Amino acid sequence: MQFTLSAEQRQFSASVHLMLTTADAIHSARRWLAGDPEPCRVLMRMLAETGIPALAIPSEFGGLGAHPTDLLLACLELGHHAMFGPVAESVAAVPTLLGALAGAGSGPIDEWLAGLASGQLFATLAAPPLLPFAADVDKAGLVLLAERGSLWVAEPSRLHRSVSPARTLSEVTGRQLIANGPAVGRALDRALEFGAIACSAQLLGAASALLEATARHARQRTQFGRPIGTFQAVKHRLADVLIQLELARPLLFAAAISLADESKDAPRDVSAAKVASARVANLAAKAALQAHGAIGYTAEHDVSQYLTLIRALGPAWGSEATHKARVLGALTGQSAPGQSVQG
Amino acid sequence: MNLDIDPPLQQFRAEVSAWLAEHVPAGPLPSVDTAEGFAQHREWEAKLAEARLAVVSWPAEYGGRDASLLDWLVFEEEYYAAGGPVRVGQNGLFVLAPTLLAAGTDEQRARILPPMARADEVWAQAWSEPGAGSDLAAIRSRAIRTDGGWLLSGQKTWCSRAVFADRAFGLFRSDPAAERHRGLTYLMFDLRGAGVTVRPIAQLDGEPGFAEIFLDDVFVPDADVIGEPGNGWQVAMNSAGHERGLPLRSPGRFMATAARLVDLWQRRGDPADTQLAGRVVDAWISARAYQLQSYRLASRDGALSGEQSSLTKVFWSELDLSMHETALDVLGARAELRDEPGEDGRWLDGYLFALAGPIYAGTNEIQRTIVAERMLGLPR
Repeated sequence: MQFTLSAEQRQFSASVHLMLTTADAIHSARRWLAGDPEPCRVLMRMLAETGIPALAIPSEFGGLGAHPTDLLLACLELGHHAMFGPVAESVAAVPTLLGALAGAGSGPIDEWLAGLASGQLFATLAAPPLLPFAADVDKAGLVLLAERGSLWVAEPSRLHRSVSPARTLSEVTGRQLIANGPAVGRALDRALEFGAIACSAQLLGAASALLEATARHARQRTQFGRPIGTFQAVKHRLADVLIQLELARPLLFAAAISLADESKDAPRDVSAAKVASARVANLAAKAALQAHGAIGYTAEHDVSQYLTLIRALGPAWGSEATHKARVLGALTGQSAPGQSVQG
Repeated sequence: MNLDIDPPLQQFRAEVSAWLAEHVPAGPLPSVDTAEGFAQHREWEAKLAEARLAVVSWPAEYGGRDASLLDWLVFEEEYYAAGGPVRVGQNGLFVLAPTLLAAGTDEQRARILPPMARADEVWAQAWSEPGAGSDLAAIRSRAIRTDGGWLLSGQKTWCSRAVFADRAFGLFRSDPAAERHRGLTYLMFDLRGAGVTVRPIAQLDGEPGFAEIFLDDVFVPDADVIGEPGNGWQVAMNSAGHERGLPLRSPGRFMATAARLVDLWQRRGDPADTQLAGRVVDAWISARAYQLQSYRLASRDGALSGEQSSLTKVFWSELDLSMHETALDVLGARAELRDEPGEDGRWLDGYLFALAGPIYAGTNEIQRTIVAERMLGLPR
């Protein structure tokens, strides 16, 4: 058993972290909203250079065909830096979906995969009922709709703003049929699992960043003549976040291994990871806000950016109820193995 | 990264599982806090020792199998899945033994470990005093220097199973001029010797599991001091990390409880009660998380650091309580019955015991503070 990161994986994480820090990824959304798209373009170029967009794409389509644990490491960092845009869709779900349907003269699919792998193309996906909206159509060159065994290029209608400032949600309508049949359903099932763990990783990364920032704040901020981190109420609340965070991480990596092995336990493990990740992210967000006090409540402070991102992503890719029901089904044997996260 | 169990380990698991299936008593043994129950648990330990399954992670020369952390985790999974009896010698096995292996002499290990493995000698711990619980450094029981050894005087309390145990270990103040954690000595002493009085204390579950120990000039030879006199605190801190972490409460225990909870819910839960179902799921997810975290530690072949032990202690103790509360909520009106038959009757006892989890092995308040200060760097 080797349930630990390799040296190469640690190095990969560190280099992604450095890149995202250098690119000031956390503030690029803010700048984009303020009308300055240049930091985003720089960030996208740097992202392409890391190979992250290529991780989940098979090598025959220009991708890296990486193990899902590597994808998780990337998404953890993207979450850590509050990366905006259709991350789980573009880096995990759509590559998985298209990768399963590609080949044998599948038309535009192969080109899309190449575009995704190179980092030139970003994609988003709607898949009702689990994903009733396509996220961030305004940041994606490819908008897909997967519904009732069919895959479409889709057109957005209504654009909704999310609580997370730079995020949008759209209802979409299928315009151009790309594929249909049982293969689409199977490919979509797997794609949604990958989307769910990618999202889980983002949530854990965000929680981790918030905890670090809050601990730093608690060491520096003084009131009543001492750092607020000396107060037991603050210590204990933050300790609880760390405890949950440390215990959520292994669930995520176990899910990645199950997906890689195509284990029958994959739905159970993906759902367990999603439940735990969303819960600790919510815990971290509220603890961070509370420890920062009013300043954490401002739009300007990073805490608000993480908190609203977590609020948006928590129920994405399946609510807590959906995922808990799936775990229960697996434990009681009361649903068919390989139950789709679609229900 | 993988979660694979290689063939030799699968074989070990199969061996353990088969042995337990054949030897675990059909029904529960009498309570370990009764004379008869204690004796039967001791016999069980002897059987385990005969099969070389009592202390698998110890060196072979002391009755173990030099098992790795991962091997031990697998053993524990099978032990709890099979419903193995309470380990009556747990204080010795999981607290004193690691201390002897780390800080004892060869003579001490050769003399003490084999009888411990066979439960020929069962050990109780003697840490707390009426005035020193969480604040262990406030202990006042004395060890006074005498010819060839020490004379112990004072009072220890909350000594589980000391009524029937043979020997005990703990910290005593050997330098009256030194304060707090300085001037303490780690000693082992006989519970049956002259000057020792053990008085049982009834617990809220009705069992006399606790005891207080009164010591009146109890002689301890130099050979029964662990480490250097005056250095007891350092020696003890090593064993405290073991008590609160993995060795005391392995994930296998909680995986087995979670599995029983799922079974209980299936048989007696209201399928329409999605909130209760959600708590059952939470229990399993948390138990699984602890199991995976331990696999991660075993993969790094690491020893659990003190602060990591603190982190997991909070987690497992609150998980255990939460699982038992959920079970009692499934049982509803029948939860309070002391004589509920069969499997389902175990939950109430388990709940009452789980209440103690956030208190023993260092209260969860202390542990959270340790996590905050040593892992998050928050100032004292």
